Amino acid sequence: MQLSTKHLLGIKDLLPQDISLILSTATQFKEVLQRPVKKVPSLRDVTIVNLFYENSTRTRISFELAEKRLSADTINFTASGSSVSKGETLLDTVNNILSMKVDMVVMRHSASGAPHFLAKHLPDTAIVNAGDGINEHPTQALLDAFSISERIGGLEGKKILLVGDIMHSRVALSNIYLLKKMGAEVMVSGPPTLISPYIQEALGVKVEYNLKKALAWCDVANVLRIQLERQSQVLFSSLREYNLAFGVTRKLLDEVNKDIVIMHPGPINRGVEIDSDVADGNESIILQQVENGVAVRMAVLYLLAGKKGDN
Amino acid sequence: MQILLSSQQLQVTIQRLANQVIENYTSLENVVFIGIQPRGIKVSEKIVEHIRQLCPQEKIQNGILDITFYRDDVREEFHVASKTELPFSIEGKIVVLMDDVLFTGRTIRAALDALQDFGRPKKVELCVLVNRRFNRELPIQPDYGGLTIDSEFSQKVKVDWERNEVIIYE
Repeated sequence: MQLSTKHLLGIKDLLPQDISLILSTATQFKEVLQRPVKKVPSLRDVTIVNLFYENSTRTRISFELAEKRLSADTINFTASGSSVSKGETLLDTVNNILSMKVDMVVMRHSASGAPHFLAKHLPDTAIVNAGDGINEHPTQALLDAFSISERIGGLEGKKILLVGDIMHSRVALSNIYLLKKMGAEVMVSGPPTLISPYIQEALGVKVEYNLKKALAWCDVANVLRIQLERQSQVLFSSLREYNLAFGVTRKLLDEVNKDIVIMHPGPINRGVEIDSDVADGNESIILQQVENGVAVRMAVLYLLAGKKGDN
Repeated sequence: MQILLSSQQLQVTIQRLANQVIENYTSLENVVFIGIQPRGIKVSEKIVEHIRQLCPQEKIQNGILDITFYRDDVREEFHVASKTELPFSIEGKIVVLMDDVLFTGRTIRAALDALQDFGRPKKVELCVLVNRRFNRELPIQPDYGGLTIDSEFSQKVKVDWERNEVIIYE
């Protein structure tokens, strides 16, 4: 059984068996990463370009490490310092890079749908979405799912809460698609201005504006960052007030008094959406998420590169 | 379809392979047994089980190695990866690789590459249940061989662990 898709543009296009295959392959790669030599020769005939049109720490390093651990050749491209500032279009930039015999493109872009646009124009090149605007961040959702499964044993029937800026979060959307496909229950919580009023009917998730009640319901709470860079208008009065109503604090967790796994995709704004003693506490798997990210991305790249033989 | 080894013969062959390994070493302290995924696992379990019966005082170490990521046809054909479990160091050890059928030798080539990523063994040996001697594509030969057969490249050889038989078919 192979992946049903040639690109990873979003979780929306994946079948549940694709997700299972990626997660089970990631389990094997996680074991590879524990070996004295943390590297396999699988993709040594593949060249991958990492096109980052938007800032990133974790995702970029994680992808680059994953590529290196698979023995692929990598090129890094960041929009600043490139010919993008001279007015070159996205398609021209990518076509120029591909003419130098590059096989796969990992791309982050501030415009939603940018990787879909590339995939439409470059059907023979595998495109991996590393985050596009407010649309999707599929590898983050996959590594979140992997981390949840690893911690609480599976996804089906589990109750997952997403807290924070649901409207501007591509992590939230990818997580919702993935968790629903894998049979988990999903609830979102946050200020009403940051949650689309249609989310309940459109995506089949529960909405709870009271964070304490939401925490009491869930097995896992994935706390998201407030994406100030994507907000063009004032959607809540202050970060201080946000912290009082929707910040995950030790006091709140003590009141709920339940074993809840705490996650955060990073970067963390300590003292805003999550307090330091929660982020660094025993219930937090934030650093495991980062660790698992490499194995999950190795699985995605390995499975997509494997499709080359079809041509 | 033809039966190459009946249930009884298979049992005897496994016992012989176990005895041959023990015969080679005065102590099994520095010997580790590694079955190659997926089809080498059952053989290695059976042989190791017999070695344990023969040497109850020795601590026998055995593991599982998956070679999917080391295959030379990784980009031509899709293979699902399975787990690797080596709960010991192979550094300076004698490794006995185990598989059911030795055919082209490509799996063993990949296994040798994979082993290197876990350390530098003192020596690596190969133990197979069936040796298809004229189908090799690489210079690899077994140190312990059960049944040696001459087969056409197009034929298939399979160990049926439900019926405990080794069969060959077109």
